Amino acid sequence: MKTPVIEILSAHKTYANGTQALAPVDLDFYAGEFISLIGPSGCGKSTLLKMVAGLIKPSDGRIKWWHSELATVNKAGKKLAFVFQEATLMPWTSVLANVRLPFDLQGMPRKTSNPLALQALERVGLGSNAQQYPRELSGGMQMRVSIARALVTEPDLILMDEPFGALDEITRNYLDEEIRNLSREKNLTVIFVTHSVYEAAFLSDRVIVMASNPGRVYADYSVTGDASRNAAYRYSEEFAKDCAKLSELLHRASLCRQKMVGL
Amino acid sequence: MKKPLIESKRFIEIFVPLCVGILFLVMWEYLCLHFKTPEYIVPRPSVIAKTLQKDYQLLFKSLLITMKITFSAFLLSTLIGTFVAFLFVQSRWIEISFFPYAVLLQVTPIAAIAPLIIIWVKDTNLALIVCATIIAIFPIIANTTLGLRSVNSGLLALFKMQNASRMQKLYRLQIPSALPYWFASLRISSGLSLIGAVVAEFVAGTGGQNSGLAYQILQAGFQINIPRLFAALFLISLAGILLFVLMLVASKWAIGHWHDSESQLES
Repeated sequence: MKTPVIEILSAHKTYANGTQALAPVDLDFYAGEFISLIGPSGCGKSTLLKMVAGLIKPSDGRIKWWHSELATVNKAGKKLAFVFQEATLMPWTSVLANVRLPFDLQGMPRKTSNPLALQALERVGLGSNAQQYPRELSGGMQMRVSIARALVTEPDLILMDEPFGALDEITRNYLDEEIRNLSREKNLTVIFVTHSVYEAAFLSDRVIVMASNPGRVYADYSVTGDASRNAAYRYSEEFAKDCAKLSELLHRASLCRQKMVGL
Repeated sequence: MKKPLIESKRFIEIFVPLCVGILFLVMWEYLCLHFKTPEYIVPRPSVIAKTLQKDYQLLFKSLLITMKITFSAFLLSTLIGTFVAFLFVQSRWIEISFFPYAVLLQVTPIAAIAPLIIIWVKDTNLALIVCATIIAIFPIIANTTLGLRSVNSGLLALFKMQNASRMQKLYRLQIPSALPYWFASLRISSGLSLIGAVVAEFVAGTGGQNSGLAYQILQAGFQINIPRLFAALFLISLAGILLFVLMLVASKWAIGHWHDSESQLES
């Protein structure tokens, strides 16, 4: 039996203004899994992700990281990284310094951190852009810097909140392949929020389909496709089957929301 | 190939306003000559230039004094204003308690409180500096506070996830985020310092050896020496433009390489 990295135990969230963003959720995420959260807008997928990141506290229920509290886990050296919808870079400093940020905050000397940051940049294909400022890069390149910043600490868990939503399809597909390969290479645990069925089916080992009003888990779908995926995988029958199944689940999830609000 | 001068944006930006200015002066000169306007109503630009040359020593000395007051007030308001803004962002309570008084300082006309300050502060120059500081300080407090709070929420979350300390947040996130706002406030305040220095001197009505340009204007008005009044006015405007350009250059130097407001995209 695999041990869960994250255990979500009846965690739910109601905001101060009374909106219930998330009904009680029970989920386990396992080491090395690539999980996508998918669902109509307002289904609480971002809320769930931010709870796992420790950025939002659940109103009730618990979340456990490696069977313990986040603070304990942090002290034990387990690392979480977050990639936002936008690149979220510091415009006033170089690409290299942006990637180096987690180390700078730890107080690591630059002699040690600079080569590591450069290595992370090379991994996303931006080794030669280290000295440039973020504004000199395209949107896709900025997003890659953001990913390099997440990878630089060699995290045990990466949380991604619709990171490629604002990019064009070609760049997005390319980055999807890169992130999938990276995660397999390093056996990373990734939780990825998206609203694209195709992206979820391509990237994930497991897709959590969510419904809204209130946000909740509608289905937990295991992707049938094999572990190694490349561009050709997009034209495979397995992929088409997964996409079709996920589309159906997503459609049903959105219908059940409409019933609830009485449309 | 080198671009012809006329296509250079910088050249056009300087050349065109300059032409407008020269045209304006020529028209002014011509109209005064044509209508035989007396010098004590509207002096011709050439007469003003001559006065500037003739009264150079007197006016330049006054200019130096006005500039001294302006720079002192600007420096003081920058230091105090920035410090107050830092206090405000440290705690909501401090801001809630004191912000209304900062506004009070801003909305009370300086001309109304200047007599009080002049009574309270013995040294006239110091009194003028205090008045000008009161006028110039508010934009710095307001803008810097806003800037220190205008931190990208994603970056803030990232810092939180990395367990960054309060100091790290301040140095690595809040101060850099506030810089564009801070420089914008310097641009406003530098002008206000000059206005404050002139207005305060008008109200104080100080004369004698250490009088600034405002006093020269008052004196010239009493003596119906209108060319000298215009000459003093010209010097004040010149000082204002100089300050503005100085701030523009400083801001471009400090944040031009990363902030959009300071750099033009190549087209």
